[in-house]
Amino acid sequence: MPVLWLILIVLALAVAGFIAGRARAISGAGDDRRALHSLPNYYGWNVAMKAMVPAFLALVIWLIAQPFIVNTKATSLLPETAIPEGSTLGLVMSDVRRVADGLDLAVEQGLLGASEAADLTVTGSDIRATLGSAGVAVGSEISPEILAAAQSYRSSNATGNLLRSLVVIGLALVGGALALAQTKPDFRARNAVERGIRAILVGAASLAILTTIGIVLSLVFNTIEFFRIYPASEFFGSFTWSPSFGGGSQLGIWPLLWGTLYISLIALLVSVPIGLFAAVYLSEYAGPKFRSVAKPALELLAGIPTIVYGLFALLTVGPLLLSVFGRDGLGWMQAGTAVMTAGLVMGIMLIPFVSSLSDDIINAVPQSLRDGSYGLGATKSETIKQVILPAALPGIVGAILLAASRAIGETMIVVLGAGAAARLSLNPFDAMTTVTAKIVSQLTGDADFASPEALVAFALGMTLFVMTLGLNVFALYIVRKYREQYD
Amino acid sequence: MYDSPLRKTEVDTNESKISARDVQVYYGDTHAIKDVNVEILDKTVTAFIGPSGCGKSTFLRTLNRMNDTIDICRVEGLIELDGEDIYDKRVDPVQLRAKVGMVFQKPNPFPKSIYDNVAYGPKIHGLAKNKAELDEIVEKALRRGAIWDEVKDRLDAPGTGLSGGQQQRLCIARAVATEPEVLLMDEPCSALDPIATSQVEELIDELRANYSVVIVTHSMQQAARVSQKTAFFHLGNLVEYGDTSQIFTNPVDPRTESYITGRIG
Repeated sequence: MPVLWLILIVLALAVAGFIAGRARAISGAGDDRRALHSLPNYYGWNVAMKAMVPAFLALVIWLIAQPFIVNTKATSLLPETAIPEGSTLGLVMSDVRRVADGLDLAVEQGLLGASEAADLTVTGSDIRATLGSAGVAVGSEISPEILAAAQSYRSSNATGNLLRSLVVIGLALVGGALALAQTKPDFRARNAVERGIRAILVGAASLAILTTIGIVLSLVFNTIEFFRIYPASEFFGSFTWSPSFGGGSQLGIWPLLWGTLYISLIALLVSVPIGLFAAVYLSEYAGPKFRSVAKPALELLAGIPTIVYGLFALLTVGPLLLSVFGRDGLGWMQAGTAVMTAGLVMGIMLIPFVSSLSDDIINAVPQSLRDGSYGLGATKSETIKQVILPAALPGIVGAILLAASRAIGETMIVVLGAGAAARLSLNPFDAMTTVTAKIVSQLTGDADFASPEALVAFALGMTLFVMTLGLNVFALYIVRKYREQYD
Repeated sequence: MYDSPLRKTEVDTNESKISARDVQVYYGDTHAIKDVNVEILDKTVTAFIGPSGCGKSTFLRTLNRMNDTIDICRVEGLIELDGEDIYDKRVDPVQLRAKVGMVFQKPNPFPKSIYDNVAYGPKIHGLAKNKAELDEIVEKALRRGAIWDEVKDRLDAPGTGLSGGQQQRLCIARAVATEPEVLLMDEPCSALDPIATSQVEELIDELRANYSVVIVTHSMQQAARVSQKTAFFHLGNLVEYGDTSQIFTNPVDPRTESYITGRIG
């Protein structure tokens, strides 16, 4: 039975359970809903929930587990000899799956009877031709072992699917029936539903956390793998970055880290003053009319995809800088792609971050502090400088740190604006590159995932992750400390 | 009516400090203050009483142009401080507020140290030549705020860490430190307990020696205890204004009588 049908059946059972539970509760109370512990709908929800949730949970687990089990079973049927020279188990297994799927398709299209398909032998018929006419192309001639494995694959999948349907529908029925049996006027359905809702919320929260843990673990394992084939002392100690896929590459992180920090620094030098001043103007000076237009307009900057910023850097800012600082001007700049180009554009990108967060924080400073300062005869700018900004400072620092971690993680602007040369230089008009840009270049293309040149991407990613995580934790700590001040 | 009379002296001056003529205040289309005429005397505590929303706080805020910070607020009529129109175009509201200090309903110490809270006004207005003089001003203000003994050992501690009553006295000390001529107090005791209230009330009576004090209060007992002059506001009108003793014992207007006896408001 297809999964969609299964879902629909369980949903239908839940709806039926809802109606039955509600009706049973009302009739149990003698048509007097005041005698019920909870509102009638809660009894309905209780039954629907208990029918639906275990069934769907079982379905999800089954969908994840079944392919594993079926694969293992089919693999165990394949002897060593079934794997030809120069091939791998994975390739043979994909053949097995193609044959199995092809047979299923052939049965569906009526090219083969169900029993005929189950009794196929390699010698008896031309399986390749049959599968070909069903629209499935199989590369090599099918060996008896592969056919046997495919047949096992088919049959265990079929049993699995049947069992799955039985278990899921069974769970829905049993759960619904148990809940229905619970449904008496004094049953605390409201509390039961409340617990269920809490469980759903907890599940959502833990899913997000588990995903993060999963991402971190995949980074960690690959990083460990990298350090096994490339010495960590070289990675953190070398000042040269010259990967060559032929081997003998030097993979020092410092040129990349320097590029990242240099570009981020320029970006922050651009975005922090402009963003902060914009926030002060918007929150303290601007009239409500101007504010209602200007604030969304500024936040629009945050909605521009970074690749568009990258194009802006490549096509507009780079040539502009080159015409001033390049060979025709001051002669400091060789090409349009440079730290300065990427830093300026990234700074523009970060302005709305800084201004929007700072604006919220400045607005959170209580009006009573402003009144107190004005009441002492302070001017607006004195009030802002000496009362509002000091009060908002921890929050503003938090905003700046969040912007910094955004700058460190930025990729597209760097790829298009800063060039690709990994070098240690102090000249902001030199082309440099960053950690993120190099991760992209190491993993795109036909990289062999076992080589240090590809695996280094994970070590770079891990370094970046630790840096931004540290910054974020620090920022959150500061923001939280600030919040306590007015409670 | 006077359950604990604080007042030692009757009105000892008849010099007018602030005089208001036909003052109208509008919030957008709402006419919040109607035709208010009042003479506020020097070295006198004047109490504004009246039910919530009667406009007494609004009127108080027009006296040092705090309402300028509200966009939709409009003031008409004439308000003079020592004979000068404070709404004249040449008057700098910032200078005016240095002369007419204000203490608010909720204690609002700045998130700075106790010392810096008090030194804030003197620093802005350049009242001290050097650090020693500033120290002196701060100590004097804290003493007049009747909080010196409690905080003298922790002037570097944050002002926000004090208790509510201490915070309010700190705010009063902060207002006093800029040497204003008039002190406006908007329900300064509404967030305080009885003990802190009585401390602040004593303080107000002491401040009278140097300043003209205007206090908005919801407590009629408080008005009776601390003030020499009382103004009763109702629905944006100044209903009655006179000596506190007269207002509370022998009010002229029937609305005043109804309010102070608790029948309206």
